[in-house]
Amino acid sequence: MALLTIKDLVLGYESRSILAPLDFQVQNGDYLCIVGENGSGKSTLMRTLLHLQAPVSGEVIMGDGLRANEIGYLPQQTAVQRDFPASVAEVVLSGCQGRMGLRPFYGTKEKELAEKAMKQMHIMDLGRRCYRELSGGQQQRVLLARALCATRKLLLLDEPVSGLDPKVTAEMYDLIEELHKQELTVIMISHDIQAAIRYATHILHIGKEVLFATKEEYCESEIGKAFLGRGEQ
Amino acid sequence: MDKLWMYLQIPFVQRALIVSVLIAFCSALLGVTLVLKRYSYIGDGLSHVAFGAMSVAAVIGLTNEMWLILPVTVLCAVLLLRAGQNTKIKGDALIAMVSVGALAFGYLLMNVFSVSSNLSGDVCTTLFGSTSILTLSEGEVRLCVILSILVFVSFLFFYNKMFCVTFDEEFSRAVGMKVDLYHLLIAIMIAVIIVLAMNLVGSLLISALVIFPALSSMRLFKSFRSVTLFAAAFSVFCAVAGILISLLFGTPVGSTIVTVDTFGFLVCFLIDKISGGIRK
Repeated sequence: MALLTIKDLVLGYESRSILAPLDFQVQNGDYLCIVGENGSGKSTLMRTLLHLQAPVSGEVIMGDGLRANEIGYLPQQTAVQRDFPASVAEVVLSGCQGRMGLRPFYGTKEKELAEKAMKQMHIMDLGRRCYRELSGGQQQRVLLARALCATRKLLLLDEPVSGLDPKVTAEMYDLIEELHKQELTVIMISHDIQAAIRYATHILHIGKEVLFATKEEYCESEIGKAFLGRGEQ
Repeated sequence: MDKLWMYLQIPFVQRALIVSVLIAFCSALLGVTLVLKRYSYIGDGLSHVAFGAMSVAAVIGLTNEMWLILPVTVLCAVLLLRAGQNTKIKGDALIAMVSVGALAFGYLLMNVFSVSSNLSGDVCTTLFGSTSILTLSEGEVRLCVILSILVFVSFLFFYNKMFCVTFDEEFSRAVGMKVDLYHLLIAIMIAVIIVLAMNLVGSLLISALVIFPALSSMRLFKSFRSVTLFAAAFSVFCAVAGILISLLFGTPVGSTIVTVDTFGFLVCFLIDKISGGIRK
């Protein structure tokens, strides 16, 4: 069974749909990039996948024993976080909350999990630093480490490279690719179509027309050609 | 010094000190969360609601005013936090509306159904605290101790969860935390603290107890845990210093404490500017 099955999913706010019904499956180990114009509903789709927002109709079915609190999510940064006094270790550990239930304090298991995630993101030396004093790329790594504490299966990334310079962007993509190679399924919203076709296995294009295809099929399709051509200009 | 020592022997001074330490401690703990969540103004709004409720209680002649003030304030706290979540501007306007409305209504009630001969004195006492902290009964002290311990224990128990929810609401929801429940909890705790703090500094000055320790601490410290701990220590120190000063010089308790808080903030601000921030 697929990790995620999206069935006749209609997205929207207060029963007003903003997109044609979606139908696709995400298999274990896929790397799916969601591309499309601004305002086409990419973030709405992601919020719906996370059960943060109810769909107008249709459903999201989780398979392979995936539970709702086992999805690692990297949201876009908020204004609150920019001047939030928190150490990197505190932020990463908070990713374990999904598995805590009512337990008030973190145990050895959570601390090990956080340490492993920080190692994978190469931020071991930042543990005691203050989150708000880090560079944009470092902050994204911290948030990605936090997402890793929440999941070992599925990562949802909402524009993980927005606002980063080209070098840091490339490093971020490499980190995500490393995670993908370690059997993590990745779903990412991206503005960067070139990176999308370079790393992803599947592309979901949403907008006036909707297309779900493997990367190869997408590059050959009319929408894909049009979108790619524009990206190069 | 001798004069101070003599004061400290008196039971009502001891009671005042116990109560103020507890209130200052709890308000600083929650203050950090409130300031970070951009909820600082809610404290101000709620204190006016508490004032309104107190006037109603006085007019209908309740013997124990707490039974009316506490539920009304908790209810308003829940409503205000709810509104604040939907849209920012609506929440802001609502707080201003509720707080001014409650203040006007409370004063009007006290005026129309005046129960004492010294009305402006009464109002001044409720708004600025004056000396009511020194006339606490044993029962009021006990209630304050119990409620403070409750607030402290729930804060400790939910500390990690509140951090997660405060830092990133979306993420917390995504991993399945009951974010609304924690907001409710924060609302209830802040309402309880505000009602307790009315005795100490009066309803106009309560927000100072919530905001100053958090802001001072955030100038100097870089992790959530150290910010929270220092805010609590800062707040307790300022409250005790304020009470002792007001005893020695006969100044009003509430405004003295808040003045000490203000100076404390300035000191922290200057240290931050000079040193460029202490590491950790």
